[in-house]
Amino acid sequence: MSSAPIVDETTVLAHRMREHILRMGATEHGTHVGGSLSCADVLAVLYGEVLRVRPDEPDWPERDRFVLSKGHAGAALYAALAERGFLPVDELETYGRRGGRLAGHPLRRLPGVEFPTGSLGHGLSLAAGVALALRRTGRTGRAFVLLGDGELQEGSVWEAAMAAGHHRLDNLIAVVDRNGLQITGGTEECITLEPLADRWRTFGWHAVEVDGHDVAALREVFAGVPRQVGRPTVVIARTVKGRGVPLFEGKKKSHSVQLTPRLYQRAAAGLKTRRPQ
Amino acid sequence: MTVTMAIDTDWIERYSVASRDVYRRVLAELAAADPRIFCMDSDMGGFEDSFAAHLPEQYVNVGIAEANLLGMSAGLAATGLRPYANTIASFAAARACEQMKIDIAGNDLPVRVVVTHAGLSAGHYGPTHHAVEDIAIVRTLPNMTVVVPCDAAETEYAVRATADLPGPLFLRLGRAATPLVHTQPYEFRLGQAHELRAGDDVTIVATGPYPVVMALAAQRMLTGHGVHARVLNMHTVKPIDRAALVRAARQTRGIVTVEDHVVAGGLGAAVCEVVAEEHPCPVRRIGVPDRFNDFVADEKDLLVEAGVSPERIAEAALAVLRR
Repeated sequence: MSSAPIVDETTVLAHRMREHILRMGATEHGTHVGGSLSCADVLAVLYGEVLRVRPDEPDWPERDRFVLSKGHAGAALYAALAERGFLPVDELETYGRRGGRLAGHPLRRLPGVEFPTGSLGHGLSLAAGVALALRRTGRTGRAFVLLGDGELQEGSVWEAAMAAGHHRLDNLIAVVDRNGLQITGGTEECITLEPLADRWRTFGWHAVEVDGHDVAALREVFAGVPRQVGRPTVVIARTVKGRGVPLFEGKKKSHSVQLTPRLYQRAAAGLKTRRPQ
Repeated sequence: MTVTMAIDTDWIERYSVASRDVYRRVLAELAAADPRIFCMDSDMGGFEDSFAAHLPEQYVNVGIAEANLLGMSAGLAATGLRPYANTIASFAAARACEQMKIDIAGNDLPVRVVVTHAGLSAGHYGPTHHAVEDIAIVRTLPNMTVVVPCDAAETEYAVRATADLPGPLFLRLGRAATPLVHTQPYEFRLGQAHELRAGDDVTIVATGPYPVVMALAAQRMLTGHGVHARVLNMHTVKPIDRAALVRAARQTRGIVTVEDHVVAGGLGAAVCEVVAEEHPCPVRRIGVPDRFNDFVADEKDLLVEAGVSPERIAEAALAVLRR
């Protein structure tokens, strides 16, 4: 963990992604700011270091697949795809704009997007199907999927979790953005999720808990996947909703925000104080 | 075409079984020749010997979990495979509708959703296992092809004719064996209505096993009244054969539709949509009425109770002619 360089490229990438997310939050319809900021470090590590993808050949058959099951964090995914070279960075300005490609929830056919998502509870099944197909056709690609923690209240997630555990899909890696908040408040006040890691373990998964904002720790976790032969891996990334912008950190109201020019200035100034040194 | 054709005894024997038995056999044959074909099972029973024993690497049982069945199948299809997702009609169309809509139809993926127990074919099992709204649901999903074979023989044609469809398929089968409509080889054309009887007075358009059988029986009754009814087997409900319907509207005095499905949104509605836009004509819809059914009976009696019978079809045809 302490071996990370002093100015870590991926940490810088995550910061730039947060800047993009805030700018998308300042567009006409705003965006899901809190849940996009909370998963920015995870996506920065995945797109910056882990995923074997080719921006100039999005359909490369040997690629790793990534599914954003929490499709409302589209802004975070677009930021990652733009930084990775799948989209022009300038295109991020068109977020939510009429006639553009960047919907609030990702559309199919956007380079780098494997499946359109947005209705919660679909992504783990999709990724499990991909993982199974990759396995049975002898390909080495892995299937990654990012889930929200509130999303885990969808029953279909557990249908998929049960099947993936049973079929020993160790090329499947789920990440839970465990920011602890959903629209009405804390996840545990809404519907209890804990003990979350144990729940996954009883479904046949290898579960790892990690600080979802610690780039070095995330790097270490992802470097070793599959963590256990014969078991899918779930990385429970402990995160803070709105992370990086003091105004929004840990606030349920950060869920969906349209940043007025004044609010944007405050948010951006707050983010600036967290700029990696 | 008439039914006074030479009878091939092998044919009769081969197809005097449930459509789903024929489907299982044909699926195994297709899969043996194409490693992309996967049998995705939701613990339906029946695939263990017919498929899993021979092709274990192309068989996946996801358990009793239909949403995951369709979601995983979309994942397989997006990765270059040709999954056949197997479940009961109601569980695919109603329970897992959103996975079919977003993950399968929304991505235009070659998933074949093959359902059994469609219509009232689950009989005495009761309304939890009936599916009389599935066509209405599925035909509203863009990219879907909806095929309803009228017997076990047509099931073989339909499975083979759709094997290379680039997009998704909803193949709607029943549960038990139903009377054979086709007693010898014929030409099955996906997307084209099959004219089973020629006639220029009135047209009966039917989809599904008993509806087609009953339509043919009604046609015979009408002959006794001096009425020559054309009978179209609309095995492909989507995309529907607009040309055949326009011809029926132009060349005959009206249309009677027959289905083992609610009259709202199903075949009757699809026919009305076409003729209303292209060539308005009188239409009478025979199907399941707009109420839940707690009557315990087998498929045929449930249909008769619902008002789907040769007599009612013939009456509707005569009513069309009186307009």
